[in-house]
Amino acid sequence: MKPPVFQYHDPTSVEEALELLADHAPEAKVLAGGQSLLPLLNLRLARPSRLVDINRLDALDYLVEDGGWLRVGARVRQRRVERDAGVRRFVPLLAEAIRYVGHPQIRNRGTVCGSLAHADPAAELPAVAVALGALMVARNRFGLREIPAEEFFTGPLSSALQPDELLVEARFPRSPTGWGWAFLEVSNRHGDYALCAVAAGVRVEADSVREARLAYAGVGPVPVRLREAELALVQEERLEEALRAVAEEARRGLHPEGDIHASSAFRRHLAAVLTVRAARLAWERARAGGHHA
Amino acid sequence: MREPTRTVHLEVNGRPYTLTLPVRKTLADVLREDLHLTGTHVGCEQGVCGACTVWLDGEPVRSCLLLAVQADGHSVTTVEALGTVESLHPVQQAFWDNHGLQCGFCTPGILMTVVAFLRENPQPSREEIREALAGHLCRCTGYHNIVRAVEDAAHRLVSRT
Repeated sequence: MKPPVFQYHDPTSVEEALELLADHAPEAKVLAGGQSLLPLLNLRLARPSRLVDINRLDALDYLVEDGGWLRVGARVRQRRVERDAGVRRFVPLLAEAIRYVGHPQIRNRGTVCGSLAHADPAAELPAVAVALGALMVARNRFGLREIPAEEFFTGPLSSALQPDELLVEARFPRSPTGWGWAFLEVSNRHGDYALCAVAAGVRVEADSVREARLAYAGVGPVPVRLREAELALVQEERLEEALRAVAEEARRGLHPEGDIHASSAFRRHLAAVLTVRAARLAWERARAGGHHA
Repeated sequence: MREPTRTVHLEVNGRPYTLTLPVRKTLADVLREDLHLTGTHVGCEQGVCGACTVWLDGEPVRSCLLLAVQADGHSVTTVEALGTVESLHPVQQAFWDNHGLQCGFCTPGILMTVVAFLRENPQPSREEIREALAGHLCRCTGYHNIVRAVEDAAHRLVSRT
């Protein structure tokens, strides 16, 4: 058998799961969709002595629009979000990005919260969370706390979650009127991790960008939000000049490391090119009333 | 540490099974070693190659990335349920007729993905077929005949209904 020996728990209530985490932290690991944890176990890169499987927590299987937020419970599979027509309207960036996560077979099992908690800097959903200013809702047996996405990701595969905490929900804000969004990625094969991915959002008034959001995957130890580039988009009245300026800022502001998949220079080049394409697409969509073609 | 075990109830290809298993055993290994359903192949065991793809409650998943205990109370479908040697499933027949396989190692997983894919998207474009196959590695065919087989299978299934 490939995985190392572990004790296995599959609690049916959130309270029970939190007690297990409290009693056995930090040796216990949470098992959600398992699409990152099982490979690590099979390769024996991770050897937790205990797994707390949250797949029987029916109480966390909710995907709801609540006020200005899309609330995604910890048991919600990526495939469900991908297929949900409401998500496409409410948080179009999330709907667009989720198709880049692995493959359908992976998304049938993988969860949104699991991908966020895993905190892979080359993964799509952390970049989306940072671009949108999503909130991570963490719970331990004493209570809840909300962590803004930009504070949640602390390093490669590291997050602000404490060992006794469960990421019970991710909250994505509804796309406000006037905004358009776009997610673009380059990877070696469809479904691979991003060599570089860009999440872009712009609010357009009278053809000019008034506000912008830009976040990147694959170019740093955590998902990167680039405020200088956002500012560059806003400062130029005309789109073409704004796009020239934003490419410049992306090249200046990002310092990706090279690896066997892509050199640092190539990743930076990709980031600049994808920034321009994504910003233009987001601008077109904002002018079309936020709708994706 | 003593090997922790658990008794689970699985429905595989419509038949109920009760098994006592090590909790760390993957569904792929249980299908092959305990149920002798060796049509499900095990390649990379890290979720990359797609050879072990089966359906969990009707949806394709990697059986190497699922503990068998997690399938407790659920239904599993493997390639053995698609067709028989005497009477191939239309997708299997299309793979046969289009030389969509050579060594055949990757084929069971691809079949499970393709049958589910065509159920959801009965008339896919070539681009959509390629995207649907992206989660499977084939080292023999170069994929061209697999894509042709899927196109052919789509025609057969649509004209059948």
